[in-house]
Amino acid sequence: MSSLFRSEEMCLVQLFFQTESAHNCISELGHLGLVQFKDLNPGVAAFQRRFVKEVKKCEEMERILSKKSTFEKLEQELREINRNHAALRQNLIELMDIDSLLRMTEDFFEEAESLLTYSEPPSEDSVFIAGVIKQERFPAFEKVLWRLFHGNFVLRHTEMQATEELQARGAVKKDVFIIFVQGDHVREKIRKVCEGFRASLYSCPKTLYERKQMSNSVMTQMEDLRMILRRTEEYRAGVLTRAAEHVQEWGSKVKKMKAIYYTLNLCNIDITQKLIVAEIWCPVSDLTLVQSALIKGSEQSGSSVTPVLNRIQTQQTPPTFNRTNTFTEGFQAIIDAYGVGTYLEINPAPYTIVTFPFLFAVMFGDCGHGLVMTLFAVWVISQAESLRKWKNEVLNDVVIGGRYIILLMGMFSIYTGLIYNDCFSKSFNIFGSSWCVRPMFHAHGNETLHEYHHLQLNPFVPGVYSGDPYVFGIDPVWNIASNKLSFLNSFKMKMSVILGVSHMLFGVALSLVNFVHFRKFQDIFLQFVPQLIFMLSLFGYLIFLILYKWCITLRSETAPSILLLFINMMLFDYQSEHVLLYRGQKGVQIFLVLTAVLMVPVLLLVKPFLIYRTRMKTRHQVGEKDHFICFLLQVSMGDIFVYQAIHTIEFCLGCISNTTSYLRLWALSLAHAELSEVLWRMVLQVGLKISSGMGSLMLVVLFAAFAVLTVTVLLIMEGLSAFLHALRLHWVEFQNKFYEGSGYKFTPLSFDSLLKTQQ
Amino acid sequence: MPSLLFCGPKLAACGIVLSIWGVIMLSMLGIFFSAKSAVLIEDVPFTEEDIRDDKNPPQKIYGLYNQVGINCFIAAAIYVGVGAVSLCQVRLNKRQEYMVT
Repeated sequence: MSSLFRSEEMCLVQLFFQTESAHNCISELGHLGLVQFKDLNPGVAAFQRRFVKEVKKCEEMERILSKKSTFEKLEQELREINRNHAALRQNLIELMDIDSLLRMTEDFFEEAESLLTYSEPPSEDSVFIAGVIKQERFPAFEKVLWRLFHGNFVLRHTEMQATEELQARGAVKKDVFIIFVQGDHVREKIRKVCEGFRASLYSCPKTLYERKQMSNSVMTQMEDLRMILRRTEEYRAGVLTRAAEHVQEWGSKVKKMKAIYYTLNLCNIDITQKLIVAEIWCPVSDLTLVQSALIKGSEQSGSSVTPVLNRIQTQQTPPTFNRTNTFTEGFQAIIDAYGVGTYLEINPAPYTIVTFPFLFAVMFGDCGHGLVMTLFAVWVISQAESLRKWKNEVLNDVVIGGRYIILLMGMFSIYTGLIYNDCFSKSFNIFGSSWCVRPMFHAHGNETLHEYHHLQLNPFVPGVYSGDPYVFGIDPVWNIASNKLSFLNSFKMKMSVILGVSHMLFGVALSLVNFVHFRKFQDIFLQFVPQLIFMLSLFGYLIFLILYKWCITLRSETAPSILLLFINMMLFDYQSEHVLLYRGQKGVQIFLVLTAVLMVPVLLLVKPFLIYRTRMKTRHQVGEKDHFICFLLQVSMGDIFVYQAIHTIEFCLGCISNTTSYLRLWALSLAHAELSEVLWRMVLQVGLKISSGMGSLMLVVLFAAFAVLTVTVLLIMEGLSAFLHALRLHWVEFQNKFYEGSGYKFTPLSFDSLLKTQQ
Repeated sequence: MPSLLFCGPKLAACGIVLSIWGVIMLSMLGIFFSAKSAVLIEDVPFTEEDIRDDKNPPQKIYGLYNQVGINCFIAAAIYVGVGAVSLCQVRLNKRQEYMVT
């Protein structure tokens, strides 16, 4: 039966399957997440295993697909594409310049020809130079030319028509110019000037026919370029979208393959190379599921032979498997952090679900803070999926993994806050206080009230104490009493001792369940019973004294101190002037101490003695010549005695030290209450005490400071501190009464957890 | 119109949480002060003369209680304003997020 009370029964199963179907079968088992593969080749080093090459290939692919290098590759490709794109655009711009140049110069040439036909005959060395220059540089360009050639040239220029394309890309305005000069030697000079002004020059053919041809070729070139640019942009967009989709997929596929090959390395391949033998641990209750997964896997691979399951008996200890759901996962994790339970040992987790938040709340005890903590936990639970994307390790593990723990801690804190009657260091008066001040002083008039600053309420004066205690929790009158701490300290210390002894007795009782399950009936009488009697007769009696003293009516001046009673009990000190709580106390106490002392030799000596007696018996039966072998096979008696002595001393002294250790419940709750009160008094009260109008503004500012300090100091710091101490109380004081914790955890091959850890 | 956004998404979310807490806690404090709760006596700014020279006890102390209570309510109202501003900031932040992506 699967439950959280004990770890599951596991079985060792041998699997036989064909080499072809191996991959699919293991993949199916990985999706199921219920089997742990045993290493059948433990002596083989990692690089000698059979599938080591495949594992290496997968690792390399993983590296290639890992984020950094994918982005590098993408980046390279994109850069190349961008470079080509830029070069093509440059070409396009040049061609467009030439095109507009050719169109503009049509007019000039007509004009020039008409001029020349009317005036001088055209000479061979009249040259013309055509080009494009930025519009803003043109005036300076013209001036320089004037100075050089003193007007012996003709310069024509027009603004280049900006097309939509160029305008959209933010190109600068350019001018087209053409210069006609006489003489060949000035060509160089003009070229140098144009270079200085960074004008681009283009060769321009003289005849109309050639110009028309050039214009056409430029047109076609431009069309081609435009098409190429469009294609490049489409290609770039396609590359980006495809890469984004596939990277995620490929990454998870590679991880799965690597896990499968790693698992195959753990198996045995038989001589004929056709069969793979694997040994797995799996829970007994899930055998049918495993079988159906294997059948599915072999069907997928198309093999005719179904895999064979063969359950085998073994002496090895199976791993410990506790079936948990999202709620119990967190609690099981904090138990396993100290030690994974031995196979089939009782699991402390289900009790921890209640006792851990409760012990936390005893140390935290404030309903206001508890409420804030609960609301925070509710928010984390509702947003758990979207918060998992945060990459912060600490936040992910602690806050999101422990969100149900935090919720329970908050809810229990509200409860203990109501019991301590503490909300941001103020008390609620819901049911009406049981104490009344007026009857104490009214009879004698008002002089007592006026004269003295500190007065005491005597409960024996009629009317002062109503006789019925406050219905639920601590009376609110204590919040404004000046001896609040004396009362609360005594109350909280006694409460801590009661809670501690109860917790430890519960731990001892759980050890009984373990003994019954493992059939160690001898240990019940030799260990469980003496331990129980020792604890009950000393510390159980202490609890009785506390509860008894709380229930009877005593005058505080003459009430005996429980601590002194206990010390005198242990020292057998019964002088006549000591006040006792009840008649016959002396006899009862002597009896209890003697019983407890008697249990110590029982724990110390009886078990080794019985082991010694059984050894003597077997030695007689076995005979003389096997003495030597028997002696070698046995642990020596000395070791057994020492082990038992250590165990007994640990338990007996541990009783006292662990009980005292539970006093941290009192210490931390006192610290929390005092911090809370200091915060109210030093921060918020300053704003409240200003009665003028400015008070509200100061209150706004001071409340913000109060809230921030509450969250950081009281919730986070004190919360972590109380969490740690409650955890320690569980791990050490509670679990050392029954828990062995020497198992190893069940780690199944599961693709879900593999992919989750990747993210 | 210049951008009204002056704080990031986290600060605005903190602002909302703080304002809700402030409104609830300060209004409850205001109610308890108006109900003249005895537990809050140390937060009321009274002096010795107030008690001694009171012609009609305890009306002076009650008056002080009421004053502090009103202060708390005004502070709660200011926090409602702070909460509204933070809510606007959160909405503007969300809108900017959508525009960029």
